[in-house]
Amino acid sequence: MRLELRDITKQFPGVLANDKISISADRGKVLGMLGENGAGKTTLMNILSGLYKPDSGQIFIDGEEKVFSDPVAAIHAGVGMVHQHFMLVPVFDVVEAVALGAETVTGFLHTFDRAAARKRIVELSEQYRLDVNPDAKIENLPVGVRQRVEILKALYRHSDILVLDEPSAVLTPYETEELFSIIRSLAATGTTVIFITHKLNEVLEVADDIVVLRRGRVAGTADPKTATRQQLANLMVGRDVELIVPKGPATPGDVVLHIENLQVRDDRLEMAVKGVDLEVRAGEIVVIAGVQGNGQTELVEAITGLRAIDSGQITIGGHHTENASPRHVSDLGVAHIPEDRGRDGLINPMTVAENYILDSYHKQPYSKNGIFDLKAVRERAAKGVKDFDIRTPSIDTLAGSLSGGNQQKVVVAREFSVPVQLVVAAQPTRGLDVGSIEYIHRRLVEQRDAGAAILLVSTELDEVLAVGDRIVVMFDGKIVGILAGDDATYENLGLLMGGASFGGGLAA
Amino acid sequence: MKRVRDLLRPSATPILSVVTALLVGGIVILLTDFDHLSQLGTDPIGAILGALGGVADAYGAMLFGAFGDPGRIMTALQTGNAPDIAKAIRPITETLVATMPLIFAGLAVAISFRAGMFNIGGDGQLILGALAATIVAIGLAGKVTSPVILVGAIVAATVAGGLWGFIPGFLKARTGAHEVITTIMLNYIAALVVFFALRSPSLRAAGSSSPVSKNLAPIVDVPNIISLPAIRLDYGFVVALLMAVAVSWLLFKTTKGFELRAAGFNLTAARYAGMSAGGSMMLAMALSGALCGMAGGFMVIGTVGQLSLDLSGGIGFNAIALALLAGLRPSGVVMAALLFGALTNGGKLMGVQSGIPFDLLFFIIALVIMFVAAPGLIRGMWRIKGKPATEIPVVPPAGAAPTPDELVEIEELP
Repeated sequence: MRLELRDITKQFPGVLANDKISISADRGKVLGMLGENGAGKTTLMNILSGLYKPDSGQIFIDGEEKVFSDPVAAIHAGVGMVHQHFMLVPVFDVVEAVALGAETVTGFLHTFDRAAARKRIVELSEQYRLDVNPDAKIENLPVGVRQRVEILKALYRHSDILVLDEPSAVLTPYETEELFSIIRSLAATGTTVIFITHKLNEVLEVADDIVVLRRGRVAGTADPKTATRQQLANLMVGRDVELIVPKGPATPGDVVLHIENLQVRDDRLEMAVKGVDLEVRAGEIVVIAGVQGNGQTELVEAITGLRAIDSGQITIGGHHTENASPRHVSDLGVAHIPEDRGRDGLINPMTVAENYILDSYHKQPYSKNGIFDLKAVRERAAKGVKDFDIRTPSIDTLAGSLSGGNQQKVVVAREFSVPVQLVVAAQPTRGLDVGSIEYIHRRLVEQRDAGAAILLVSTELDEVLAVGDRIVVMFDGKIVGILAGDDATYENLGLLMGGASFGGGLAA
Repeated sequence: MKRVRDLLRPSATPILSVVTALLVGGIVILLTDFDHLSQLGTDPIGAILGALGGVADAYGAMLFGAFGDPGRIMTALQTGNAPDIAKAIRPITETLVATMPLIFAGLAVAISFRAGMFNIGGDGQLILGALAATIVAIGLAGKVTSPVILVGAIVAATVAGGLWGFIPGFLKARTGAHEVITTIMLNYIAALVVFFALRSPSLRAAGSSSPVSKNLAPIVDVPNIISLPAIRLDYGFVVALLMAVAVSWLLFKTTKGFELRAAGFNLTAARYAGMSAGGSMMLAMALSGALCGMAGGFMVIGTVGQLSLDLSGGIGFNAIALALLAGLRPSGVVMAALLFGALTNGGKLMGVQSGIPFDLLFFIIALVIMFVAAPGLIRGMWRIKGKPATEIPVVPPAGAAPTPDELVEIEELP
């Protein structure tokens, strides 16, 4: 056995993050590690990479017990970690970024031996089919290539146990496929790969063995050849989960959101939305699918009044809202679940109750003539917590101390606490666990069935396919395809998201 | 018992910061006591006891200087002799006199800080407020009754300070000019405006060669709380306390206060929620300046009685430290202002009686600030668990992932 973790236990104040976890992986095998947020995956991997010391338990590499006092010791033992957030210096080129911290030196002055480093990097990228230009600047590389640089970094340090933490979170479907083929070729040359994810399809596709963690324990193991998504999901959550959102056919009514030839610039003043036409009707869910950074953010900000538009038209329920203020848009009955709830949707150092009234604090019954009715605030907030099943110790708990799923529930509770005609939800399930995703999807369908128009921005194909009545694919600021929900498949969506256009055929 | 502990918990770090600063200050007094230390070779025990006695004397003098001699107060109260009572309680009232502007300025810093703005311009706002009050007092002298002058002067001071605070708020909201730079620069401008104004013969004290105003006491005076000779404590102090209540009410009971706090914690979320972030900035800075201006007004027509260039003496800067010490809570500001007032006032007697230089005070105040700014240090030294109580609004860097993410996860409740 190449790697074995035996009875690893790690206690944090108030949380038993790892409770006697035992896993093992053979040379040349891919171990898929599934688990919700907070299941203990990251803690376990931080123990393996020497960042944390376990309270008890042992690490064996090739049958020999290892004690990692720091990350350097783990690297020496061959453990390489590729983090979810890349750790690369943007202004370095690939050779510099890879060699940083493990430079070979030459000559009297011990200068960096760039030629030697470059040679080795080229060799490695050929050996493992990691296609990277060694002289390209990091900041000019797409995320998929940056990830390859991270993998190269680990290989450069002679790692043959490679830990990939949620590696597909930032990739396009095509890039994910490429990553999988890299993982397979790594395994073929004897590298042990630990692949951490919460995406069920991915472990089934790439892993040789699957271990599922739940609440700090091993909830079970599975064989990808026989396991089903449903079984894995149930194992992850600990109850029966509805993977497919129960929803009837859409009954589209009047046009609520109408966008015509919209152009919007991004923060660097470059055109990000390049002439978009879009309609969302009452009673339907329109999903904007696409890889992040193709203008979706700017489009949503333009609709919700957070960003000035360059040209074009936006009407909501017949009212023109080009360059309207966020409050004006909100007063038209628009609920906005923002992309980054920690930055936009919540004020973490404020309480649940304060966040619950964040955009309606100035209205009755919360306040009158600028003075709060704290009793009404507390009553409504308590009701919201109950109705939306927000798991919080009290309404006076700081929003920042809640779990991601419950934070999002606070946002959803606030946005859906008043009648809405349009819901704009930008990646509302990002970073959430299966149970919370199910919850958010159900709420969106509920709003649809109550007659609201729903515009959902998503980068996750599973989500796009699960809830979309109509699917609009955005690429490079333009809409490159519109599909009926039933016509969409992983394949045609993946192609469109990567920039392939079907021409006029599918665009409706 | 539990309730008391809950009430004390947020104050643990600030209190321990002060205690630690005093301890370190004591060590410095000890180490600089060369008279005693030179005897270490011949009489070590005597030398150490002597040096420790020196520390006790110094801090004792500070305590008496700040709060008076209890025995003397008792005797004076028993005799009922007004001048004796005045002399006995004067240390306390002088401490409160020093505290009054610190409360105003501390509240000013707290309110701007809550809104995410750093008002370093307290000194400038204070002295411009004082100038406005002086001009109104001298201008209206003899024309209207003294109470009208009093109200007019305070209103003028508040408006002037408020305008001086509004300028950096406006610049920040409209152009993005950083308020730290603009408020510091406006301090210089304010000082020069006052310097220029004091050249005018109608304001300047007759026959004075230095830039000081006429004595305002004959024109207008804030009524004293206790009418005894040589007691300066007046109703300005009560207004300061009322302002603490008002600021607390504004911040926590009104929608404007909600907007200020929201903008202070997270500007993008405030914008998302439909609030006017720029409006909050301007309002917070204007209110902040108004409070400082009020302090200047009450000093110049009350406790000090005269406008001079060194009227503030760094109150605007000390206010930053005490607002942080107070955890930006209005009630905390009152306590912290009392502490700073007591240190400043008590330090004078310490300087006179024990020969410890007055500068040691600034040393101790500086230590308090450092320890407050480094809560981790204090918590480590005193082995306190839990989170720091000071809620300085700090916006986490966008996109930064908390590590380990399990730590922020709350276990699901049944």
